[in-house]
Amino acid sequence: MSETKRTGVIRDINGPIVTVELPGVRSGEQVKIGNLGLFGEVISLRGQLAVVQTYESTDGVRPGEPAQGLGWPLSVELGPGLMGGIFDGVQRPLEKIALESGDYIRRGISVPALDRAREWEFEPNRELSPGGKVGPGVVLGVVQETTTVLHRIMVPPGVEGELLEVAPAGAYDIESTIARVRDPRGISHRLSMYQRWPVRKPRPYLRRDDGISPLITGQRVIDTFFPQLKGGKGAVPGPFGAGKTVVQQQIARWSNADIVIYVGCGERGNELVDVLESFPELDDPYTGRKLMERTLLVANTSNMPVVAREASVYVGITMAEYYRDMGYDVVMLADSTSRWAEALREVSGRLGQMPVEEGYPAYLASRLAAVYERAGRVETYAAGSGSVTLIGAVSPPGGDFSEPVTSHTKDIIETFWALSKELADARHYPSIDWVTSFSKHVQTAAQWWHKEIDPDWEKRRTAALALLARDAELSRIVNLVGPEALSDAQRWELEGASLIKEGVLQQSALDEIDTFCSPQKQYALLDLAITIYKRGAALIKLGVPVSELQHLPLMAKMRRLKSMYSSEQLDQVFAFRAEVDHAMESVRIEYAKSDQHEHNA
Amino acid sequence: MSIKEYRTAIEARGGLLVVKDTAGIAFGDRVQIKDHAGNTRNGQVIRSADNEVLILVFEGTDDLDLENTWVRFLDEPVEIALSPEILGREFNGLGEPRDGRPPVLSNIRRPVGGSAINPAARTYPREFIQTGISTIDGLNSLVRGQKLPIFSGSGLPHNRLAAQIGRQAKLVDQESSFSVVFAAMGVSYADAKFFRDEFASSGVLRNVVMFINLADDPPVERLTLPRTALTAAEYLAYDLDRHVLVILTDMTNYAEALREVATAKGDVPARKGYPGYLYSDLAEIYERCGRIHNRHGSITMMPVVSMPSDDITHPIPDLTGYITEGQIVLSRELHNQGIYPPVHISPSLSRLMKDGIGKDDTREDHPRVAGQIYALYARAQETRNLASIIGADELSERDRRYLTFADAFDERFVGQGEAEDRSIEATLNLAWELMSMFPRDMLTRVKETDLAKYYQGTD
Ligand SMILES: Nc1ncnc2c1ncn2[C@@H]1O[C@H](COP(=O)(O)OP(=O)(O)O)[C@@H](O)[C@H]1O
Ligand SMILES: [Mg+2]
Repeated sequence: MSETKRTGVIRDINGPIVTVELPGVRSGEQVKIGNLGLFGEVISLRGQLAVVQTYESTDGVRPGEPAQGLGWPLSVELGPGLMGGIFDGVQRPLEKIALESGDYIRRGISVPALDRAREWEFEPNRELSPGGKVGPGVVLGVVQETTTVLHRIMVPPGVEGELLEVAPAGAYDIESTIARVRDPRGISHRLSMYQRWPVRKPRPYLRRDDGISPLITGQRVIDTFFPQLKGGKGAVPGPFGAGKTVVQQQIARWSNADIVIYVGCGERGNELVDVLESFPELDDPYTGRKLMERTLLVANTSNMPVVAREASVYVGITMAEYYRDMGYDVVMLADSTSRWAEALREVSGRLGQMPVEEGYPAYLASRLAAVYERAGRVETYAAGSGSVTLIGAVSPPGGDFSEPVTSHTKDIIETFWALSKELADARHYPSIDWVTSFSKHVQTAAQWWHKEIDPDWEKRRTAALALLARDAELSRIVNLVGPEALSDAQRWELEGASLIKEGVLQQSALDEIDTFCSPQKQYALLDLAITIYKRGAALIKLGVPVSELQHLPLMAKMRRLKSMYSSEQLDQVFAFRAEVDHAMESVRIEYAKSDQHEHNA
Repeated sequence: MSIKEYRTAIEARGGLLVVKDTAGIAFGDRVQIKDHAGNTRNGQVIRSADNEVLILVFEGTDDLDLENTWVRFLDEPVEIALSPEILGREFNGLGEPRDGRPPVLSNIRRPVGGSAINPAARTYPREFIQTGISTIDGLNSLVRGQKLPIFSGSGLPHNRLAAQIGRQAKLVDQESSFSVVFAAMGVSYADAKFFRDEFASSGVLRNVVMFINLADDPPVERLTLPRTALTAAEYLAYDLDRHVLVILTDMTNYAEALREVATAKGDVPARKGYPGYLYSDLAEIYERCGRIHNRHGSITMMPVVSMPSDDITHPIPDLTGYITEGQIVLSRELHNQGIYPPVHISPSLSRLMKDGIGKDDTREDHPRVAGQIYALYARAQETRNLASIIGADELSERDRRYLTFADAFDERFVGQGEAEDRSIEATLNLAWELMSMFPRDMLTRVKETDLAKYYQGTD
């Protein structure tokens, strides 16, 4: 697109959709609207007329006011200074805006995402020397962006040629020239520490790779039962209040990613504040640094203009790809993709496009797929392997998973953490339903678990799921004929399932100790619950009545264990194993004695 | 620009008026319409093209004689005048007096549409409000700046509950209560009177501003009413440093008015005929509450949503629940058993409870007690279902205990008097008394130390 600015005039204002007469403007081009200078984007063209979706409220705008085409598509700034920040759906820095315009966002305000005044200590890449060839992704040098994030300053896509110079180590602002490159046509490119990228276009990479290692989230039901891989795509559907946001926030807190991008898309303002206020206080369990140092937020809350909501997901994923290109494992959380889809629907409705299902346009499924397709593990140009894991919350109307957004998403993703209202109502959190959830990555994850934690991981996992399936079956019987119909062995199966549910699956995000659970502790708890069940089942076979076992103190302790000892106190967890052995053995001896006694009598 | 007047209305239907041959009319501006009888109606520009505008007429478009309709564009947004004098007064959805007294005079005028709070300017709400109601304080605590709706159904005592909360709500150990902004949309005369009497008899009337649109008032006015009321609430909270409780009743009537207009406009429906933007529209209202950095006042909101056919998945409660910070759900079954307030705890939730309760705010055992009660009650509900299938006699000894617990819980914990103002301490003690019906080893959601301190059972 050329950089010449075109001017035109407003013809029609229909909420966020404004028609302007602006000859020569391109589809996708950024447009400034009216005397207030509101930003928008051309979404369709008809003759001289362009339809613009504006990212801000159009109250007070009049037909006849000017409009200006800016010559470029919606783009983001990529460079040091993103981490720890909060940006709106079109990447305006909200903290700066609060300083300039107070508690409410003034319309037409334009503040660049990256601070122009701030200087960064640039350390050039010693392996480069002038005269050498460089291309996209080559690391020119590094900047310590936060104590945890080393920001690699890369040659942007599209620039290739002979390196003329790299700046020496020193403090530079982001607009200073830190390198010059002459391309084969002899044109010299001045490179600074930041670049721009149009958000609707995926950033390039060398090639796509399969995911190999699990994303550890510290959440048992996820890591142990429905694992996600670094570079995977997943969805968390659930009715309101089921726990989508908490699942996403827990992943933002405790996952072993290098970078976390949290996109609050059409959800509550207070949920972003929660992250903003708590993350600077929380320690990353892997690096010991404050969580906010590896986190950035994109916020288009439900009361903010709906068009910027559609943009926010692209803005987030483009920043995620940028850090991926540095060789990092990035997790992007989008809460909620349903609001993004609704923004699409609203715009398409205003354009008079034909709705296909529940008012959604026909392109819903392909747009959704295209967004998720930007996740993945890739071989970057010059920084080795990097990944973007994309996890979207889905908010189905009425909790009905057959609605369009949930059902299309389900076809695209690889892990599906289905939240259940019944579980949430019973305060069984996370309310991830073990029957309807799935992960296509269990086999890959198993390799990691077997190597790093325990070769029996998959066996234990399967045993637990089998017990849960038996539980469902037996509960159906109880509901038909009552609990008296069950044998002792069957009752013990119910008891075992309940240990899995309460001692392993349930995990309170609010519990200081249990909020994060290391893979070692996850396995230890799983193994203990299964062991107790198996030992008990063996005793029942010998004839010990189930009531003898149900009231053993170890049963209550197994349910409490997760929040008694942290991941650093594994020895205490292991010590409980000895208690279990001892208690079960006593029951056996006790029973053998009384049995013998009866025999003798 | 300046005021412009036209007599070129060409179409009127369903609250919408089309005027042609206009020029340069601002989107969102306020309009005055004089009809053939000389009566004035109010409106707002909702689409503005080069030579034609679409107007939403708050009093509706019935009986308009287009030939004799004068349309004035006032060149200003829809605003209200604000001063401390609004307290104790009663207005309609446009901020015009309904109490027969003169209009509020002030040079503080604010557009009712509001604008989005910058999330970076918010503070997380964390100050516990004691409502004196056990199911709320103990299990679904409310904090200052929270939006917590009451999901109800026709004939259920949501208004009585809202009024009781309005009366009793306070911070623990503090007398200072709330200023109340009361916004009624499409309510019956009797309901409006109930609240008016209620505020009068409890002596808080001079701390209350009422915005009222009755069931037989024009439905379109319901679209601005909550916005007008919230503009007043923002003034009280952020200009006058007050803690404001906004009661909105009934959001279902609001949403129905929105649907009516959307249908007239020809907007694409999403579910049950409601437009796709119902979510964003409701959010514009609900998200106006909260806590803001460096501001002393706050806005806490309690919308009433009556669920059509008691269906919580209906778009209005559903979308509300997706926006608000929890919900208090009333149950017809409990109501029919004579239990007041008939709060069904299972689907009820307070999302902001976590930071407002516990050691420094209420009592250290509070979060775990709430979790334990929920777990017991969920199991008890299952047992009730089972008992209704196979008969209570077939239940095990253990299961029967759950039944006894559930009955006692409904009667004593859920049920309380309309004038009964329970302290949080009393609520938690009552919870322990009920939990102590179970042996210790079944109470695994609480800590051993909690049991040592509060358990009252013999086992
Ligand atoms: N893992 C969890 N641990 C503790 N509480 C939880 C957990 N998940 C959800 N909750 C509770 O449920 C409430 C609603 O969860 P949230 O994630 O906000 O739901 P959703 O986003 O699905 O509407 C939270 O405020 C919290 O009280
Ligand atoms: Mg949520």
